[in-house]
Amino acid sequence: MNVITAENLTKSFGSFTAVDHISFEVAQGEIFGFLGANGAGKTTAIRMLCGLSKPTSGKGYVAGFDIRKQPEQIKANIGYLSQKFALYEDLKVWENIRLYAGIYGIPEKKIGDRIDEILTRLGFENEKEVLVKALPLGWKQKLSFSVAIVHEPRIVFLDEPTSGVDPATRRQFWELIYDAADRGITVFVTTHYMDEAEYCNRVSIMVDGKIQALDTPKNLKKQFEAGNMDEVFHQLARKARLNGD
Amino acid sequence: MKQLKAFIKKEFYHIFRDRLTTAILLLLPIMMLILVGYAITTEVRNTELAIFDPSKDAATLAIINKLESSGYFNVTRYLDSPDEIEHVFREGKTGLAVVFSERFYENLMHTGQAQVQLLADGADPNHAITVTNYATTIIASYQQELLKASVTGVPYQISPEVKLLYNPQMKGAYNFVPGVMGMILMLICAMMTSVSIAREKELGTMELLLVSPMKPIYIILSKVVPYFFLSIINLTTILLLSVYLLKVPIAGSLFWLIILALLFIFVSLALGLLISSMVEKQLVALLISGMALMMPVVFLSGMLFPVENMPWLLRMISEIIPAKWFIMGVRKIMIKGLSYPSITKELLVLGSMAVVLIAVSLKKFKIRLE
Repeated sequence: MNVITAENLTKSFGSFTAVDHISFEVAQGEIFGFLGANGAGKTTAIRMLCGLSKPTSGKGYVAGFDIRKQPEQIKANIGYLSQKFALYEDLKVWENIRLYAGIYGIPEKKIGDRIDEILTRLGFENEKEVLVKALPLGWKQKLSFSVAIVHEPRIVFLDEPTSGVDPATRRQFWELIYDAADRGITVFVTTHYMDEAEYCNRVSIMVDGKIQALDTPKNLKKQFEAGNMDEVFHQLARKARLNGD
Repeated sequence: MKQLKAFIKKEFYHIFRDRLTTAILLLLPIMMLILVGYAITTEVRNTELAIFDPSKDAATLAIINKLESSGYFNVTRYLDSPDEIEHVFREGKTGLAVVFSERFYENLMHTGQAQVQLLADGADPNHAITVTNYATTIIASYQQELLKASVTGVPYQISPEVKLLYNPQMKGAYNFVPGVMGMILMLICAMMTSVSIAREKELGTMELLLVSPMKPIYIILSKVVPYFFLSIINLTTILLLSVYLLKVPIAGSLFWLIILALLFIFVSLALGLLISSMVEKQLVALLISGMALMMPVVFLSGMLFPVENMPWLLRMISEIIPAKWFIMGVRKIMIKGLSYPSITKELLVLGSMAVVLIAVSLKKFKIRLE
């Protein structure tokens, strides 16, 4: 079953087309990598899917709802995390979880259990009362991911969640992503780290607003006769530059 | 509703966990009022007085006595000739010289006319005007006494000093309390609201909130409620301090004063929202509310400088400054002791400003990030 569908989704800012007729589908429980260089249009696309930005043309469905007409229903079914951590630094760890649990409409009675559950999963039992600003960067990131899926949404959108983080922490973060996918949460993740693309079930590679390739990492490497995803990406980027000139 | 409550609570955490902000918010009005009441004042006390008195009769002695006992003047020099005046001013200590004509009392009694010359140092015009005003008022009051005492009742001129009508002691606090109220409320409501929304944008939490099912109106309300609450505390502090410490009475109706203040708070909050809908960064929000709101409040609201004497362009601008209307209204109520019908215009202007601003800022507050 597809939980995300995009059909010729386009977004223009004046004469500049940030997202140019992209089409793809994402299945339930999938980890979908949305790759591209900085400025390729990833964030714009993700914002349209989350109902933060209106598409100029094209159609999009998220969790079965139309992104143009039913943004409110979509909001109740998705989680979202950008490269900023979106945690309140002057609130304690549990207060942050409590706040977002309330925002996402988790019933009052269940919130206490959910807080404990998340703290246990993260191994943060002793940090419950700590202000978020006192946490190390990697911890903040793990916490903000858990907060983004505090309501166990059907889909979570991650916009460059690991940018500027060291490789060890990135690995740990991906373990959390796998964990969420195992629970049935569809993960839509953008990144410009090509090694992370290997962790995804399927990836799409976006260059200058267009999707140039979309397949499993294995098939893409075969198709482009490349040793790793980085080479795949560079071949695509080079091709685009040649076409552009 | 629970969402909203949790969110308002969070805003209070933000405010109270940041000790510096809390301290500033709660102490600022107190500090400003004390400064204004005791330090920054247009009152000039203990001016050194030089006197040339060739008459030395009952009238001149009485006037000198009155000048000295007013508390505004200390007689430090008696001059032997008018030529010394320039000399004493050059020394720089003397603030005012009083020169009586010869046979002062005799002339006053028989012709109803006697000359007294007041000389002040025009290098500091504000000071000079203030001290000469004091002296004229004091001399005029002596004339009045004389008039009452005299049987013949020779008509003298009456003191033309209209400025002192509602503020006979020329107390600076009378003028400043309404101004400080306007400034503090504007500062806390507009600046703090806009900065706190801009902070969420900067941190990225606003994006998350907009993606969440949380209603935008809740986000706005949760930002507005804490500062509304703080403004009420500040309003109370300011009023208590001004009545009990600065001895500025609330001559008119307290009820209408509060209505007026609430209206002004709404306008300021709406301005804060409007600013925050236009900016992305805390610093910009701070600068805009600091420069674009505070400067006009200080300079164009009539708090420091009388608006009436400004060029028409500035007068026009002052008309759209909410603080001007608020300060005008507060002056009417607190100092002149007026009440509802006389502040109708202020209430209407502020009311329409509130409606327009709230409507515009609600509309501009983006549900979608473009």
